[in-house]
Parts: sequence; structure tokens; C-alpha cells
Amino acid sequence: MKHVSKLSTIAAVLVSVHLIVFCAGFFGPYDYATQDRSYPYAPPMHLHFIDNNGGFHFRPFVYALVANQNIFGSYTEGKDRIYPVSFLVAGSKYRVFGLFDCQTHLFSVASPGRIFLFGTDGYGRDQFTRLLYGGQISLLAGLLATVICIVTAMSLGGIAGYFGGWVDVVIMRVAELFLAMPWYYLLFAARAFLPLTITPLLTFFLVVATIGLVGWARPARLIRGVVLSGRERNYVHAARGFGASPWYLLRIHILPQAYDVALTQTALLIPQYILAEVALSFLGLGVTEPTASWGNMLGTLQQYHVLVSYWWMALPVVMLAPISFCYYLLASELRKRSNVVAL
Amino acid sequence: MRFIARRLIHSFFLLIGVTVLLFSFFHLAPGDYLTDIQMNPQISTATLNGLREQYGLNQSLPTQYVRWLGSVARGEFGYSFTYNAPVGPLLAVRLRNTLMLTAPALAFAWVLALCFGCWSAWNHNQWVDQLISGGNTFLLVMPDLSIALLLLLLALHSGWFSVGGMNSVNYEGLSWVGKLKDVFSHFTLPVLVLTLSSLPVLLRHVRSAVIEVLDTPYIQAARGHGIGPGRLLLRHVLPAAANPLLSLFGLSIASMLSGSLLIEVIMSWPGIGPLFLEAVFARDLYVILGSVIISTLILALSSLLVDGLLYFADPRIRLETKP
Repeated sequence: MKHVSKLSTIAAVLVSVHLIVFCAGFFGPYDYATQDRSYPYAPPMHLHFIDNNGGFHFRPFVYALVANQNIFGSYTEGKDRIYPVSFLVAGSKYRVFGLFDCQTHLFSVASPGRIFLFGTDGYGRDQFTRLLYGGQISLLAGLLATVICIVTAMSLGGIAGYFGGWVDVVIMRVAELFLAMPWYYLLFAARAFLPLTITPLLTFFLVVATIGLVGWARPARLIRGVVLSGRERNYVHAARGFGASPWYLLRIHILPQAYDVALTQTALLIPQYILAEVALSFLGLGVTEPTASWGNMLGTLQQYHVLVSYWWMALPVVMLAPISFCYYLLASELRKRSNVVAL
Repeated sequence: MRFIARRLIHSFFLLIGVTVLLFSFFHLAPGDYLTDIQMNPQISTATLNGLREQYGLNQSLPTQYVRWLGSVARGEFGYSFTYNAPVGPLLAVRLRNTLMLTAPALAFAWVLALCFGCWSAWNHNQWVDQLISGGNTFLLVMPDLSIALLLLLLALHSGWFSVGGMNSVNYEGLSWVGKLKDVFSHFTLPVLVLTLSSLPVLLRHVRSAVIEVLDTPYIQAARGHGIGPGRLLLRHVLPAAANPLLSLFGLSIASMLSGSLLIEVIMSWPGIGPLFLEAVFARDLYVILGSVIISTLILALSSLLVDGLLYFADPRIRLETKP
């Protein structure tokens, strides 16, 4: 009972993080690609409650940023006018789940003022908004790649385990080849053969497919093992005796035995694949500008001066750790439940 | 002996398989190094065809493969288009630099994992164990990218380590002691990052393996005989726990190589990582191929080594493989 409640807590946290990120347009006050060249590298703003005269405001407010004329990327607060934060206001257009056009944003400030909770990047794009949109790409990449990987592993592992003989030998030898190369080397080499300069959306799907297809070998091996023992169960023999086809047997009787292993593998693989996308985009091999991904947002940090002077550019790093922690907890809970040792 | 020979043959075929796999990848994929050059209006089609001829890119796949095998036999590993030089010598320098990072990092990570893992297992479920396990989980969920960037930030702010590359600008003018110091100060940070990023997995496995052995009756008996903790752990527990840990050793080399690829790029360490990445951007076929093959070779060698060690460490394997 206790495990189940813990499991659902973790799942709830993860689902809410994903929901927030997938409704990035609503939670972020601006558009992810709109540049504002008058505010490059603006630092995170302070939310104030007490104004210059000591008056208390229930509604938090921000001051306008005034660029320091002599130093690039240095700002002071112009304290002559306050910009109260207003909630559920109309702003730039965005789409939710790629279906509905919306205009309402959770919060924003009146027009000449800007609100940058997490500062801006070198093009004056709001870092908070980009963090949400970037999460959309990175988290979705992890999820989709894992789905591709597990589906491939289930089918190939299932076929290898069920049919045995030369089919098994061929599939497992190929799996061995994929396992013989260090994972990043394999991933980058596979990426090298695919076109580099294409639209962001296409790149996204390309990267997801590459990550998913490159990693099939390890889960396929585990699933093959389960299938190998699963096909000798008595009820499988009975069904076969009644004339069930191999496809039917695999689908109805054998592969369901491997669901526990597959589920645990999923929880292990998702954070790994999120990181793979981040690494690819970080190095410039993944999702490209202007689309935000946690990887390409971190990419600017390859210039050391950005890392030193504008620490808020490193915020995606801070997001990665809790998310992989949640998936780690999820995986260990699932493993406890299924009592399967999966490496 | 037959056991080792069989493993040797097996890894040889594995390597051949990997090269065939990569070669067919290349030729299924659209475009090569020269298609990017085609965009340049200053280069005529005749020149392109000449280049294609020169590099042998117009030959059939098997011919190219056999030619490549020949150049591997000469230690050239093909020809780099962008560097205009054989890949072999190019890779050799980079490989040395990569091993300079990975070998010490691997050693540190294992020493730390063994020490802390044993300490943690010895005090199972006490505060020491909980402290170590907690810290370990923290490291485990920290992506190596995060560790690298955070340590880089620390280094840049504090100025404790030199950052970027392998040598300072004035490297040539230094005395040999100075040179040593200089390289050392550059190499500390990437080694630290690699150690920290590979430590948690190792530590977890060491801890659980040692806990498992500590529970067995014969260890209890040895303890009852009054054998001290040091001797007990070194002579009795660790040899018994060696089997899973040796297998883990092979896996840890693979993940170390993977991690090193990323860390080298972040820290601009002139290892295989940056070279490989450049080659990926330029579609420099043979450099990509060479880097992957070298890493696969290291992996294959290490798994051979592990198999050999297992053979000596675990009598069960010796018995199994007896004719």
C-alpha cells in the first residue's frame, strides 16, 4: 500500500511538471522567439512589494530596467514608475498542444514595462519563457525517444526470443554490435550521417528517432530473456495447442509478461534520453535556434565569459537534476514492485 | 587458454561487424564531405570529380571497405578530408590526451567507490551509510553536463584551476617543472568532473555487493573468530564480491569513454572528443570511423581483460569452461 501511494506521488509530480511545460505559452509571459535587442543579458528581475516611499502593495510589482550606457549587459532599476504584475492578461498569440490558439497569459506587466523573472539571453529573449518552451522540446524528446526505443526493443526482443534459432542469433549479434560501441560515440556517429541543416521541427524528429533507434539493444536483450522463459509457460503451450498463431501468442500471452521489465526500463531510459537530447543540442547537433531546447540554451555557455558573467543562462542545468531525480525514484519504485533486477 | 582464445576471436569479429555496420550507415545516408563543398560556386564539377576520384568515393562499397581495411593495416585508418592527413597519427595524439583524462579518473573513481562503498556497507543503515548514500544519490541524479558546468563556474570564479585546453599560452617558455605544473592544473578539473560523474554508479554497486557478502555465514564466522575489519574486507569480503564488480569495471570503462567525449568538448581538452565533433560537423568520414573504432577497440580490450580477470578471480568460471 505504501509503495503505491509513493509511486502515485512521484507520478503526480512528473505529470504536473510535464503539464506546466506543455502549456508553456500560458505560463510564460512572452513569445519564445521574439527578440528585444534593447535588453541583452538582462539579469533576473526582483519582485517588489514595498515601493520607494515605503508604501506596501499587495500586488507584487517590478521596476523598468535601465541599461547602463557604458557597460554591456549591465542594468539598474528605474525607480520612478512601478509596473504591477497583472494576472490572466492577453498577450502574444500561442498554441496549446498544437491545437488551440490562445492569447491569455498567466501573468505579465503593462506594456512599456517588461518582466524577466529569470533574466534574458543575449538576444533579449525572456529566459523564463524559453525555459518552459525548452522543457517542452527536451522532455518530449526523452518521452518519444523512449517510446520508439521500447517499441523496437519489444518487437525485436520478442521475435528473437519467440522464434529462436537463426533469427535469434542474427538479432542478438546485431544487438551485440550496438552494445560494443560507447553510447555517445554511437549516437554522434549515427547523427553524423543525417543532414545537419534542416528545419527545427524535422531536426527534432530526426534527433528523437536517432536516440530511440540507437538504444534498442539493451532493453531488447532483457525482453528477449523474459520471452525466452515466458514461452515455456504451460498456458502458452496450451494456447499453441489450440492453434494460436505466433503473432497472437506473442501479443496476448508472452509480451504482457515483459511489461514490468519494459516499464522499469522506460523509467530508466527517459532521463537518459532527455540528457542525450540536451547533449546533442548543446553541441549543436540537435534542435536548432530559434526553437528553444535546454540543450541549445546551454550551448551559449561554451563561451566561458557568458558562464562567468550571466549565471542565469545556466538555469536549465538546475532543471535537469530534479527531473532525473523524479525518474530515478520512479524507476526504483517500479523495480521494487516488479522484483526484477534490471541493470 | 581456450577460453581466452575464444574471447579473442569473438571480439575480433565484433570489431569487423562494427566497421561493416558503420560503413553501410555511411552509404545509406545522403551526402558526404564533398556534397557540402558542392555548394561553393568557386569549385568546378571537374575538380569535384577529381577529388572524388582521389579519395576513392566513387568506388563501390566493398572496394572502399577493402581499401580502408588495407589502410588500417598500415596504421593509417583512412584519410582525413579536412586535415588532409592520414587519420591514424591524428588519432594517436588525441587518444593519448583522452587516456590521460580517463585513466586517472577511472582509478580515482574506483578507489573512492571501494573505500566509501565498503565504509557505507560496514555501517549498514547507520548515519554514515545514510549520509554516503544520500550524497551518492545526489551525484547520481546530477547529469555530468551539470557537474561540468557547475565546477567550471566555480573554477572560473575562484581561479583555483586553469580552464580550457591542455596548456597555457606561455607553455613553451616554461621549465619542465613548470610545464608539469601547468598541465596538472589544466587536467585537474576534467578529471574531477569525470570522477564525480562515474563515481555514484560504482559506489552503489560496491555497497550492495559488499552488503550481500557481509551477510553470509562464513563472513559472520570469520568475524566471530576476531578478524579485524581491514583484513576481513580485503581478504575475505572483496574477493567474494569480485565477480559482479569486475563485470562492472568493463561497463564503467564504456561509460567513462562516453562521458569523456562530452567533458572534453566542454573543457576544450584536446582529446578525441573535439576532433570527433569537428568531424561530425564536416562529415569527415574516416575520422568519425576511426574515433568510433578506437573507442570500440578500447572497450573490446577492456572486456577481454575483465574476462581474463574473472577467469582468475572466480573458480566457478574456470570449472565451467574446463573441456
